[in-house]
Amino acid sequence: MNNTLSTSLGKSTSSKTIRLPDFSGPHLAKRYASERRFRILGISSVGAAGIILLILLSSIVSKGYSAFWLHKVELNITFSSEVLNPDGGAVEEVKLKEANYLALIHNALKQKFPAAIGNRCKIRMLYGIISPKADLVLRNMVLSNPSLVGTTKTVSLKLSDDLDNLSKGFINRDLPESDRRVKDLQIDWYDQLKSEGHIHSVFNTDFFTTGDSRDPEEAGIYSALIGSILTLTITLLISFPVGVMAAVYLEEFAPNNRFIDFIEVNINNLAAVPSIVFGLLGLAVFLNFFGLPRSAPLVGGLVLALMTLPTIIIAARSALKAVSPSIREAALGLGASPLQVVTHHVLPMAMPGILTGTIIGMAQALGETAPLLMIGMVAFIVDIPQTFTDPATVMSIQVYIWADSPERAFVERTSAGIMVLLSFLVLMNAVAILLRKRFERRC
Amino acid sequence: MHTFIVVIGLIGFATLGYTIGRARAIITAGGVVKDLNSIPSYYGYYTAIWIGIPSLVMLIVWLIVEPHVIDGVVMSNLPINITQNLSTSEYGLLLNDIHNAANGSLFSKMNDRVIATAAKQLNSLRQTSFMLMLIAVFCVGISGLRFARNRISPDMRARNIVEKVINFILIISSLIAILTTMGIVVSLIFESVIFFSKIPLHEFLFGLNWSPQIAIHTEQVGSSGAFGAVPLFAGTLLITFIAMLVAVPIGLMSAIYMAEYAKARFRAFAKPMLEVLAGIPTVVYGFFAATTVAPAFRIAGQKSIGLDVSSESALAAGVVMGIMIIPFVSSLSDDVIKAVPQSLRDGSYGLGATKSETIRLVVMPAALPGIVGALLLAVSRAIGETMIVVMAAGLTSNLTVNPFEAVTTVTVQIVTLLVGDQEFDSPKTLSAFALGMVLFLITLALNVLALRVVRKYREHYE
Repeated sequence: MNNTLSTSLGKSTSSKTIRLPDFSGPHLAKRYASERRFRILGISSVGAAGIILLILLSSIVSKGYSAFWLHKVELNITFSSEVLNPDGGAVEEVKLKEANYLALIHNALKQKFPAAIGNRCKIRMLYGIISPKADLVLRNMVLSNPSLVGTTKTVSLKLSDDLDNLSKGFINRDLPESDRRVKDLQIDWYDQLKSEGHIHSVFNTDFFTTGDSRDPEEAGIYSALIGSILTLTITLLISFPVGVMAAVYLEEFAPNNRFIDFIEVNINNLAAVPSIVFGLLGLAVFLNFFGLPRSAPLVGGLVLALMTLPTIIIAARSALKAVSPSIREAALGLGASPLQVVTHHVLPMAMPGILTGTIIGMAQALGETAPLLMIGMVAFIVDIPQTFTDPATVMSIQVYIWADSPERAFVERTSAGIMVLLSFLVLMNAVAILLRKRFERRC
Repeated sequence: MHTFIVVIGLIGFATLGYTIGRARAIITAGGVVKDLNSIPSYYGYYTAIWIGIPSLVMLIVWLIVEPHVIDGVVMSNLPINITQNLSTSEYGLLLNDIHNAANGSLFSKMNDRVIATAAKQLNSLRQTSFMLMLIAVFCVGISGLRFARNRISPDMRARNIVEKVINFILIISSLIAILTTMGIVVSLIFESVIFFSKIPLHEFLFGLNWSPQIAIHTEQVGSSGAFGAVPLFAGTLLITFIAMLVAVPIGLMSAIYMAEYAKARFRAFAKPMLEVLAGIPTVVYGFFAATTVAPAFRIAGQKSIGLDVSSESALAAGVVMGIMIIPFVSSLSDDVIKAVPQSLRDGSYGLGATKSETIRLVVMPAALPGIVGALLLAVSRAIGETMIVVMAAGLTSNLTVNPFEAVTTVTVQIVTLLVGDQEFDSPKTLSAFALGMVLFLITLALNVLALRVVRKYREHYE
């Protein structure tokens, strides 16, 4: 074969001058080398994307994993009736609600480290060991069991965020004292407590059950999670029906005219409008024109619904397009009306595809931040929102708020919040992939 | 929340109406279903529509009108000496105080007796109004039910009526996209026009100085406020340029590799990986840029070449934004490359070209318009991206092309101007809408251009 080729080539060169491929060794080697280089360039850019993803995820996990536990200290708390019931008389609930529980902690600390008494600076450092919200734990204990008054009990209380960082090893003891947030004296006290076995680490359940707080050790993601759920409920309730109905109309019923073309161009453009512009729309129309409440999941849900609408319409249209025309023709042939064809046959068959698109749209909405900043959802929310008009925040904004806080302990809270957010996204996408797989198998 | 329960109640009522209408149709036909014009369930839907739609309209109208009426009543009942000489803003403040007191807010002026009584009145009015609304909505529903029930007869073309209504609802749904666009355009234009009546257009577009802070006290330094947006445009372009420098080579090369070289098993692993990169929320990228990338660049700049890299450098924000756009570029270019007909490649192979030569000299030129379109879309995405720059870029304007310095962008300024308390008559707040207008127009132009380029290219091969 090779021989015949070369002879035929040889013949043609003799008759005419044609540029021949250069099959000489060095030239071919050069071409193959450039082929190899190109290939390596390609695989290394895929690799670069992978490495970047790994760095991103590992930097978040390595910063955030420590937020899932915290350290508590055991203290002998004397529930003295002088503090809880200063004017004597019967122990009433009203009195117990308003008593000074912080004083109990301070007394216990003073009892443990008498050396600090008398020096205001040292006393303040001593009080700084315990989380400033720890008194609420004692309050709840006493309120649920008033017979505690007058007794002494060992109670586990949260360390303050600085001391918690110390026990997690994030504070460099070799730095000069003035550069450290934890002072030498506090380190001595901590070491003493530690050596006596009073300090132990526990799983940070509060992170999943409480709202935001100015104190990192008390801050939790629960209120933001509920805010996200409320917001996405509104988004889903609006964008899913409207999106599917719009897609059905455009795909199945719309006449072929310029107005419909205009609608389609509009939808495609909306899909590419920056999300912050939707925030401006929400601010100008929903808040200023309609006077809806600021920071409410209702408004957030509306804005996100308008944002995800194009995604859902585009996904639903391609799912409807994928249903084979023979189904429609068969149904029409049996006497179904056009609407019956769609609702009885086409929509059920396209549903998995539509749902996949919807879930992907919802996942986008869950991670969206910028438009919600515009409508005031960047708020300090301690209480768990109950209704669609309560002030609320969402997980992505909670992450943004924590990322803005200077305390070291908020960095790990931010990363932990991101981990929670990402796990919800993974969950939603897993459901979408599962649906897609089932759909593929059926067709 | 009350409204939510009312809506659920209405849905229940409509469902009840469905069964009533259906049963009624069968009764009127004397139990012979085939005598009916439509299937019995269409008579049910007909009844449900007559209950649901009028009462829903009633509910919405009530909810829109109610607060205005109640506020008016409460304010008119206040002692005249209080309401007499109030300006509109004072009036609003007083109303706000009453609302706060009525909602039991912590910071309300509960001790003020006038406000307390007004708040009490407001609350009682709200309760009465809610009861009235319940009655009104359900009365409308019941009359709808009676009307529909009386109309039902075997000859009524229930299916045609129901389908007409549903068709109407479908059309309304598809109009929402247009309404949204109109809402965006109108609200941006409306606020921008007020802004440009205070600050001339040429000063905004060509001014070199941006400092929107307008002092409350006149004696404060820099109280004038300057609205020259050129530094913002320059900052946006700088960061976008850096982002494209990162995203284009990596995104394009990985698209080429995935489309031309990768085996199915590699694709099955690499494609989801890029999708994960695309699915990460931008706030996470922002955090990554601010806490990992920016410090790393700063330390690297100091230790290796003694360069002073700002901790909010355009470089860090741009690089991370580029990372965010990689999957966008690669998936769009992947589609474009795959759309190039196989015959072109086969022809090139037949002439003895290697694979990379085929890609560079045949596939790429054929795919070029599509790739240009994809890159335009990527640029528009980078310009409109907000969270990364809000968290990692600077806040103060700086007209420079040095990527190691902090610059600010259009989106950062929109966020900083509008987060927190706002007054809607100050140019400071309004300038955010003017910036939004610019942003909207530029991204719109890029998208239209990109779609046109892509469409032209598609027609070429199909």
